[in-house]
Amino acid sequence: MSSIGTGYDLSVSTYSPDGRVFQVEYAAKAVDNSGTVIGLRVPEGIVLAVEKLVQSKLLVPKSNRSIQTVDTHIGVATAGLLADGRHIVNRARDEAESYRDIYRVPISGKMIADRVGHYVQIYTLYSSVRPFGASAIIGTFDLDGPQLYMIEPSGVYWGYHGCAIGKGKQVAKTEIEKLNLDKLSIVDAVKQAARIIYAVHDEAKDKEFELELSWVTAQNKRHEFVPADLAAEAERLAKESLNEEMEDD
Amino acid sequence: MEWNFDPFSNNSFNHYGNNPINASHSAGGIIQRTQSPKVWGGTTLGVVYQDGVMLAADTLGSWGQLARYRKEERLYPVGNFTAIAYAGDMSDFQYTKHMLDSLMIKEYYINDDHVLSTPHVYEYLSRVMYHRRTKMDPLWNTFIVGGYNNGERFLGYVDLLGTTYQSSAISTGLGAYYAQPILRKAVEGREGLLTEAEAIELLNSCMRVLFYRDCKVINSIQRAKVTAAGVEITEPYSVSSEWGFGEGVRGFGSQKQ
Repeated sequence: MSSIGTGYDLSVSTYSPDGRVFQVEYAAKAVDNSGTVIGLRVPEGIVLAVEKLVQSKLLVPKSNRSIQTVDTHIGVATAGLLADGRHIVNRARDEAESYRDIYRVPISGKMIADRVGHYVQIYTLYSSVRPFGASAIIGTFDLDGPQLYMIEPSGVYWGYHGCAIGKGKQVAKTEIEKLNLDKLSIVDAVKQAARIIYAVHDEAKDKEFELELSWVTAQNKRHEFVPADLAAEAERLAKESLNEEMEDD
Repeated sequence: MEWNFDPFSNNSFNHYGNNPINASHSAGGIIQRTQSPKVWGGTTLGVVYQDGVMLAADTLGSWGQLARYRKEERLYPVGNFTAIAYAGDMSDFQYTKHMLDSLMIKEYYINDDHVLSTPHVYEYLSRVMYHRRTKMDPLWNTFIVGGYNNGERFLGYVDLLGTTYQSSAISTGLGAYYAQPILRKAVEGREGLLTEAEAIELLNSCMRVLFYRDCKVINSIQRAKVTAAGVEITEPYSVSSEWGFGEGVRGFGSQKQ
C-alpha cells in the first residue's frame, strides 16, 4: 500500500499530500474483513441479516449478537470490530433515549442516523482517538415508513434501498441489485436475505457461521428477531438454493 | 413599579408570585416540583375477575371545579400484560408514563426473552413513589396497577406516600367511599367466579353511582382488561343514567319506607 512508510498514515489528524486520511481508510479495512452484513428495505419493512463468523465451537450459540435493538422501532446491525460496534449501538441508545426525553416521541430514522453519524465522525478528527473499526446498518420504521441507513467509519451515512458491508459485500450488492425491492413482501425479503448470506459465505476460508435475522415490520413497527419458524424456513431454502447452484456448476 | 409578565424570569419582581423557578427552589436547595396539583384525575376502579383484571376510569382532567379536559385517557398499558390507572395530578402521571416507557424500552433491548411482569412494574413504581415522598417531592398520584402474568392475576395500589397494598377490589378518590363497598360485596371470595360480563356490569354500575354523586366524574368512561391475551383498553363510552322525578325511590333521607 502506498500509504505505508510515508508517515502520513500515523494519525487521523494528518492528511496525505493528495488529501486522504489513511487511518480512516484502515478503519474501513477492518470492516471489510468482517462477516457480511446486509440490510433490505421493502414496502412492508426492513430486514437485517448477518453472517456471524463463529470464532470457536465452545461459544454458546447466539452469543455475541451483532444485531441489536436501539429503541423499540430501531434495529442496528454492525460489521467490523464487535466491541466498536457495541460502542456505536450504546451511543445510538443514548441518543434515542435523550430524543424521547426531550421531544416525547420516538426518534426518526433520519435523526438517529444523523446523530450517530456525527458521533462516528468526531473520532476522525483527533490524534488522541482512533476511528471506529465498525460500520452500522440502521433499520427503522418511522412516520415516513421503513428507513435504512448505513454509517461508515468516516462518519458518512446514506439512506439505502438495500446495502451490504463486510467480506462478501461485492457479491451481496450484485445479488441485492437483482431483487425487485419495491415489490418484495417482507417474508420474501427475509428469505432473500438468508439466501444472499449463504451465497456469499466462503466455506473454504471461514468454516462456521451463524445466521442472524431481524426485522422491523409495518405491522407492529417493532424491531425483533425473525420468528424461529420463519428463520428456519428461510435458512432451509437458502441451503437448498446453494445446493442447486453447486449442481448447476 | 415595573410590571414583568415573564413567568420564567427570576431576577425581577413577579406580581403574581407564580414564578416556577422561585417556587421550585425552597430552602436548603431542595427542589419540589409538584406541591399543588393543578389538573386532576378523579376516581379509578380495579377488580379481579375470572380471566384477569379489569380497571375503569372516567376521562376527565379537572382544573379545580372546572371540567377542563374531557378526553384524557387515564388508563395506560405498560408492556403487554400490565395496565395502570391514575388518580391525581395529570402532569405527574404524564411523567410517570414516560418513566415507565423508558424502563420498558431498556428492558426490551436487552433481548433476553424476559419481560417485566406486573409485580416487577408494581414494585418499581412503588419504590419510585416512596423515594419521591422521602425527597419531600412526591408524585401526586394514586395508581392502580393491574396485570396478568403466567396465569396469575395481580391488582395493586400505590399512592403518593409510597403506601402499597394488594386486593381483589381497589378504588381511589371518592370511589373509595361510594364504590368500594359495592366492589367488595361483588368480588371478594368470588375472584375466580366473576365472569367478564359481570365484571363489566359491576364497573359500569359503580361508575354510574359515581357519576351521580361525585361532581368530578363525567359520563365518559374507559375500561382496561388485562387477560392472557394481553391488554385491551376500550374507547370512551357512556353508561345509562336516569334523571327523572324519583317518586318511587325509597330507602334514604327522611323516607322510612
